[in-house]
Amino acid sequence: MPVNTEAVGRAYGPHEPYEVTRVKIREFADAVDALSFAHRSEEAARAEGYTDVVAPTTFAVLIAQQAEFHVVVDPEVGVDFSRVVHADERFTHHRPIVAGDLISATVHIDDVKARGGISMVTTRTELTDEDGAPVSTVISTLAVREEA
Amino acid sequence: MSADNGPAFEGLEVGQVVAERQVVLTRDSLVRYAGASGDFNPIHYNDAFAESVGLPGVIAHGMLTLGIAASVVEEWAGPGNVVDLQTRFARPIPVPAMGEAVVAFTAKVGALDTEARFARIDILVEFDGQKILAKAQAVVACA
Repeated sequence: MPVNTEAVGRAYGPHEPYEVTRVKIREFADAVDALSFAHRSEEAARAEGYTDVVAPTTFAVLIAQQAEFHVVVDPEVGVDFSRVVHADERFTHHRPIVAGDLISATVHIDDVKARGGISMVTTRTELTDEDGAPVSTVISTLAVREEA
Repeated sequence: MSADNGPAFEGLEVGQVVAERQVVLTRDSLVRYAGASGDFNPIHYNDAFAESVGLPGVIAHGMLTLGIAASVVEEWAGPGNVVDLQTRFARPIPVPAMGEAVVAFTAKVGALDTEARFARIDILVEFDGQKILAKAQAVVACA
């Protein structure tokens, strides 16, 4: 069954804010081969001009994918997760993420296209801080193959 | 917005290679990324499951590849100075249960915005002679 094109415009969240910790930043930095000490030591981060340990460029995906999950499990959207392939991804950072941030995420379904047995679902997740100021915009497109 | 701690804008030339790295991916790398990112899709650790959905076997997370590509750029740009990053995932990287996949990353200057002092860095990611990411571009705020 193709993904429901009428789902365009739906929004989910914000849910409980995500608390960014030094430990998670280090763990993520280790996993993506991000070598800078500014991901690991508060002192090194301060030397680079940050208030605390700074997150690697793609760390925001961790928060965005939790938000995107609400789209995937919405039965009225109709995404079969076992048939999903990640098609493309874009991050726009309004400011770097640092340890201590409390980030809220709202995900919007911006586009659904069904064509030739594949549905392309584009979501946009807006991340904001405690003050409601924009942190990052994460745009993700999933390709969902229909059952043959 | 230009970053005081960013790389120097002056002297950059289109085509210049700013960073390169070879990264060895194993199943350990995938399990580590799954834990760090919270992406536990079994196509990234379970061969039987991966084959059941039509894949040749376990493949690396696209976001692991993009995350490493960003780290390669960051090594030159400094942490926190990549203001925009995008890609299309063109091909998967199969990662065998035993053994490894060696992936080559090359970051070069694609375009320069003199007014904003932004450098667009184009990232070439190759495995087995094939391009893994399409239009992988990072925008770096320079000093």
